[in-house]
Amino acid sequence: MRILRNPSVLFGALVLAALALAAIAAPLLHTVDPVQLTPRLRLKPPTGDHWFGTDGFGRDLWSRVIYGARISLAIGAMVSVVAVFFGLAIGLAAGFVRWLDGPVMRVMDGIMAIPAILLAIAMVSLNGASLVTVAVAIVIPEIPRVARLIRSVVLSVREEPYVEAAVGLGTRLPRLLWRHVLPNTLAPLVVQGTYVAASAILTEAILSFLGAGIPTEIPSWGNAMAEGRVYFQVAPWIILFPGLCLAVTVLAVNLLGDGLRDLLDPRLAKSVRGFR
Amino acid sequence: MSRFLLQRLLSTVPVMAIVATIVFLLLRFSAGDPAAILAGDAATPATIAAIRARLGLDQPMAVQLVRWFWQLLHGDLGTSIISNQGVAHLIADRMAPTLALSATTILFAIVVAVPLGVVAAWKHGTIIDRAVMTLSVVGFSMPVFVLGYLWILGFAIRLRWLPVQGFSPLSDGIGPFLAHLVLPTLTLSVIYIALIARITRASVLEVLGEDYIRTARAKGVPERAVLMRHALGNAAVPIVSVIGIGVALLIGGVVVTESVFNLPGLGRLTVDAVLARDYPVIQGIILVFSGVYVLVNLAVDLAYVLLDPRIRY
Repeated sequence: MRILRNPSVLFGALVLAALALAAIAAPLLHTVDPVQLTPRLRLKPPTGDHWFGTDGFGRDLWSRVIYGARISLAIGAMVSVVAVFFGLAIGLAAGFVRWLDGPVMRVMDGIMAIPAILLAIAMVSLNGASLVTVAVAIVIPEIPRVARLIRSVVLSVREEPYVEAAVGLGTRLPRLLWRHVLPNTLAPLVVQGTYVAASAILTEAILSFLGAGIPTEIPSWGNAMAEGRVYFQVAPWIILFPGLCLAVTVLAVNLLGDGLRDLLDPRLAKSVRGFR
Repeated sequence: MSRFLLQRLLSTVPVMAIVATIVFLLLRFSAGDPAAILAGDAATPATIAAIRARLGLDQPMAVQLVRWFWQLLHGDLGTSIISNQGVAHLIADRMAPTLALSATTILFAIVVAVPLGVVAAWKHGTIIDRAVMTLSVVGFSMPVFVLGYLWILGFAIRLRWLPVQGFSPLSDGIGPFLAHLVLPTLTLSVIYIALIARITRASVLEVLGEDYIRTARAKGVPERAVLMRHALGNAAVPIVSVIGIGVALLIGGVVVTESVFNLPGLGRLTVDAVLARDYPVIQGIILVFSGVYVLVNLAVDLAYVLLDPRIRY
């Protein structure tokens, strides 16, 4: 496939595929129950038995990291799909319905003016920590970015001669959207969706790390690192291994996004990236 | 110009009003009863009812919203439920470390990232360019707290060059003050450097293709001056605007960095408030940070006029 000849896409896709496989096949990969406590084995450095060492409760870190991949990947995928869906709907509405444009975009500006992590922290601490609350709290700050992008695509497509021609021929709005507008939003959506996934994975880890994330009994990378904070000087591996996995995962998603952007539309290079 | 200034200043009012409304709705539409949340876990129904009446929560939503705005207009951000101090007072108290860290980070990031971006654009397509771009993607993907702990492990614990954690106020001498800021700055600036270097490269690269650059080179302007004066000068607007937009990233990063390095700033205050479920403080901090973000971007818009004589308002 041509698309896999791009080194960024290839690297990103391979890493993510490996990670997804590991997450699915977690029980087969030399793991034990990630929440099983073995006080006798507290804070052991990496060994042949415990590849990544153990944490402050004697839980096997390797197992926690592998099972934690499930959470990170799920959050990334879930948040990007939902943010893209709502962002697309809002962006289309703002771009096509004149009287909606002003008020809707002002609300989007307002949400964007609130630092994403703070908004998420506040929402999680107000509504109680659960996987769903965290996902919603991460989605909401992402929606305006997608909506803005789609609105700008719609505004430029509207000026195209083929759209004017379609309108002149009496094409109805649903058909106009489906045939002429949506295809143009596809490339930017795929690219932006990837970036949203990367930022969602990071934000979830940050929230959990700060103690405003998913419930602590769920093994996620952020939770593993949060528990490692107190032991950092004696057992740095508790933070470093999950942290490294997090960094590599986010890097893979970002590279996938960069590669897709270059492949799908070089002109996007400026409009999409950097405004996060 | 002054008319534009006034208009632009006024345009921040609706944005801030929307922010304030969102923050207001956040508490009202949260899962729990705000009064019960404020009262704490061990409260009796009578206490909850008293709090509800005191906060005016038994009144219609519109009345409450008006009241909230009225308070904000008077600079009243509410009272902490834990310490019973005014939120505005608490925030002012914790401002210094956060301001210091943000200032050193922004300065350091600009000093590092702009030359990196210019060189990458100048050496476009070479290994240098590719190295800068790779570092930029990696920097973008590096979780702030992982970096922070890596620095601590290397520079503070192994090499013992710098203090592990904590903050030393400027009044205790500039040496310790700066020493305590080195690692946090290195941590927080990485993502910002990645962002600024990327945009600098892109916009300088675009300018380098312009006719006036060829003209400047043809008439023998030294390459240094071509890059710094002609190229960077004309590429300044997008760079400055991304520095403004990046402040949002910076604010998120400040919260994390301060808790990694135990700096007693606004970020710590936020995390402490979250753990103690001190909602008035969380609300206040969100408002203050959003206000800062809006003002920084106002300043960025005004800077355009200085950077680009073609922009006249």
